Amino acid sequence: MSKFEFPESIKSRPVYGTLEPRPGKSHLMIADAEGAEAILGLAVQDPSLMAKTHIIYIPKGTDFGDKLRALNPAQYYEGPSYAASVQRLRHVLENAHQGLQVYLTGTEGLMGQAQNEAMQAGIPHTAIQTEHRGSVARRMQCVHCKGITEDVMTDPFVCSHCGLNLFVRDHYSRRLAAYQGVCIDAEDPGNVPEPKELYT
Amino acid sequence: MTIQFNEETFRDDYSFYNSDWAIKRFPFPFHEDSYMYAVNMEQHRGGPEGSVYEKRFDVDEHYVSEMRDRAMVLADDPLRCQSLPHMTLAGWDLLELIMVSKSEDYPDLFELNRDGNQWRWINKPLGIDDSFTFLDETTLPYGPMEYITRQAQGDFCVLDQRDEMLWMDAGMVTTQADWSLDFDIGMNFFEWHAPVPLAHEMGIFKRALKFLLNIQQGAPARRLNWTMTVNPLLDTSPENYHKWGIQKTTLTPENIGSKQHLRVELQTFFRLPRSNALVFPIRCYLCSFQDLMTMPKWGRRLHRVVRDLPEELATYKGFIDNRPMMLDYLSKFDDGLPTSPGVFPDFETEPPLQTTT
Repeated sequence: MSKFEFPESIKSRPVYGTLEPRPGKSHLMIADAEGAEAILGLAVQDPSLMAKTHIIYIPKGTDFGDKLRALNPAQYYEGPSYAASVQRLRHVLENAHQGLQVYLTGTEGLMGQAQNEAMQAGIPHTAIQTEHRGSVARRMQCVHCKGITEDVMTDPFVCSHCGLNLFVRDHYSRRLAAYQGVCIDAEDPGNVPEPKELYT
Repeated sequence: MTIQFNEETFRDDYSFYNSDWAIKRFPFPFHEDSYMYAVNMEQHRGGPEGSVYEKRFDVDEHYVSEMRDRAMVLADDPLRCQSLPHMTLAGWDLLELIMVSKSEDYPDLFELNRDGNQWRWINKPLGIDDSFTFLDETTLPYGPMEYITRQAQGDFCVLDQRDEMLWMDAGMVTTQADWSLDFDIGMNFFEWHAPVPLAHEMGIFKRALKFLLNIQQGAPARRLNWTMTVNPLLDTSPENYHKWGIQKTTLTPENIGSKQHLRVELQTFFRLPRSNALVFPIRCYLCSFQDLMTMPKWGRRLHRVVRDLPEELATYKGFIDNRPMMLDYLSKFDDGLPTSPGVFPDFETEPPLQTTT
């Protein structure tokens, strides 16, 4: 089961929904890993969607690619990483026409970054849907060195840039598409609790 | 009166100090012997003569040194001052508001001459004499918000108003109580307050937002907020927390009176005329415990407030670990006598501390 119920949290933390087919002239679906399952679900609900759909998919080691391709979307792209696909994503958004529906699904990091691109391209937030699937890992910004550490699974964790021990806050910046990480042992250097898997 | 500007630092050797004048006018934030969140807004239309409420933008003995500290923070981290592209007009609004207010309220310190859009601004304490064209960014060394807030004490958040919401879309933030403009920029009112405990459940932010959305031009408002800071450090930023956090552990029963500071924010709110943005200056005042104790009423009251504060708030304000030591110190200044209502020290009328021995 790839769906996870996030516990209730503070007001800056994003809340995700469940994708549903919407009427639109064209559809852009961006997913990573298990997000593919949400797209497969959309295709079942409305098989006519795919003829007007562009899928941008980052497998992250999963093997949903063939199933997505078998949906026969109007355009299909598989990228090795989000960073590698972002230029294509921007190009699609820049050339989008009114009536585009955007569907984001997969990890929080993928949805957050793609949503940011869509907002910057002027896509109204009412035309963007999100659904979390797969890993609950977080994209974290170190508030001290500003470096981003992707796919953080534990709290605390070590900043992959400056090496400080950071605790994982729920405070989230849409602009950065990241949660905030703050030094955990500033007041007692070296006293770092054993890392615990998120939500356990 | 002419202000004597202190030569002092807010870092390293911490030579910051308050004169007797500054202690007497310190904005003590507790109007009664206990504290809980409240919207606690009032009109910002002057106040008792000499108080920090009297002028629109208070200038005090720390002005020159605070501006020097701000310049150092910005040199280290220019992201403490940011303005999203649609906020430039609000920056000009703010520049106008501060220049007009300061030149009217402190004519011996600041002068503004306007001939159409040709403006000349003289800031005597900082030795600035600049001529520029109002609304033409190319005629100033910085953007308008950065230019004027390098010359004004306190942090400044410039909030855009749209969709019945306030958005943190520009700011100059170098004397903050542990929040990051760089992280929070672009957030709405509820999002940037998200980490504050209890207040959301109490409906504080909903009521505050409703009030703020309705602030009209020419009718500014104000409130106080407070926290605790060890050493007179202005830049208690999350960015540098890994450097200053350790200072909290340097308190001892011997040094707590001089090291522990009550940190008070005088928050004001002004509607800006052209942009319809709201500017939210957050002016930080610091006072050491030992200086506060020179006012018997404040000694009694601070002890009671710190003692009875809910644990969540003491944790959020970052002094839960030091609270026992604070109470050991403060209890010596609380003889159990009643206190007069209101924030002012009432030094002439409140009884001196009754000592038992």
